[in-house]
Amino acid sequence: MANAREKIIDRAAQEIEDGMNVNLGIGMPTMIADRIPSSKHVFLHSENGLLGIGPYPEAGEEDADLINAGKETVTAKKGASFIDNAESFAMIRGGHVDLAILGGMEVSEQGDLANWMIPGKMVKGMGGAMDIVQGARKLVIIMTHVNKQGDSKVRSACDLPLTGSKVVDRLITDMAVFDFTDEGMVLKEILDGSDVESVREKTEADFTVDKSLLQKEGSN
Amino acid sequence: MTKLATSFKESVRKIKDGDTVIAGGFGLSGIPENAIMALAEQGTKDLTIVSNNCGVDDWGLGLLLQNRQIKKMIASYVGENKTLESQYLNGELEVELVPQGTLAERIRAGGAGIPGFYTPTGVGTPIAEGKEYKEFNGKTCLLEEAIVGDVALVKAWKGDTYGNLIYRRTARNFNPLVAAAGKYTIAEVEEVVEVGDLDPNYIHTPSIYVQDLLKGETYEKRIEKLTVREA
Repeated sequence: MANAREKIIDRAAQEIEDGMNVNLGIGMPTMIADRIPSSKHVFLHSENGLLGIGPYPEAGEEDADLINAGKETVTAKKGASFIDNAESFAMIRGGHVDLAILGGMEVSEQGDLANWMIPGKMVKGMGGAMDIVQGARKLVIIMTHVNKQGDSKVRSACDLPLTGSKVVDRLITDMAVFDFTDEGMVLKEILDGSDVESVREKTEADFTVDKSLLQKEGSN
Repeated sequence: MTKLATSFKESVRKIKDGDTVIAGGFGLSGIPENAIMALAEQGTKDLTIVSNNCGVDDWGLGLLLQNRQIKKMIASYVGENKTLESQYLNGELEVELVPQGTLAERIRAGGAGIPGFYTPTGVGTPIAEGKEYKEFNGKTCLLEEAIVGDVALVKAWKGDTYGNLIYRRTARNFNPLVAAAGKYTIAEVEEVVEVGDLDPNYIHTPSIYVQDLLKGETYEKRIEKLTVREA
């Protein structure tokens, strides 16, 4: 499992391009920040009101007035700006944030995302997730391919209540990378060294295979 | 012209049973600590509280939950609070979960005199149930209504005696929106300065929104999740 997470985080970090404004979700997505090479100039957006998250503070330098959306103490990088929450979400809804990378519980072949509640369990709240999935110019979801029982989290339709409908642009799991296009869900990369057949076995959703991947398979 | 009020105890008397109170803060950052404690002391009941979170069990808005002063909580995330969970499951407390950006905009709209607005946030999800919707350029959007508070509780860094406010770092969060959305706004600050000491170029909340200004004698500024760089 630790390996699966590392693999996902490493692959997700490659989504971040020089000059981007990026929102990273709470939990596993937050860890992507450490994998962004210093050669890339990126502003990380924190929906509580900071554009330009810096590293965690040195011990003793922490400030209760400077936190990220996960309520962790952080710093502000050079060139950062502090904003109120309405402006923060205007940035998101207004399409000014280039990329958001969030965690998922289920993703469907239509690009639906469920990541905020499990019926029967205490509902904690969606926080900013519903706004971010609608507003970010590109939405990448990262999650393990199967749950603890070994069932596919990449579904033909989500069972869990949705966070957003037809919102996912790209899904990165420990097994594969999929894109959601007008022609449906497309397998773009296989990350675990297996083959298309193995990905199909572990995936409930219906998908097509990208040409470049087919050629690669054919040449083996 | 001075907005300086005599005491938190005196100011929170504005809050009556059944009122809607909007409070600034994100997690425990930038919360109106002293006004919340005075409200807990006063014991006002059946409150509708609007705030992004509901504090933790023994701090912030959690103090009002412990006293069973809250009838309804409107928030985007309430996962840090066990008291809330048990009161909700007992049916003592009503909880309305609102996406964070929609919550911020509903409060902003309330202060700006906009009764409602359309947003794509929440379309196709459980929060869309029963809401009016409309298509704009092929995109379905939900109608969301503004929130106005009988009283607004704000925490700023510095304020002058007219009630001009500036905030510090991410402790700003919902506070400027909340300040404008209250029919009566009580702002507490760490430092009161003379009129003219704050540069008009950098005022975050203009005095027009503030009715009472108070200096908090102490600020605990509790950190919810301490994270530091590995040495």
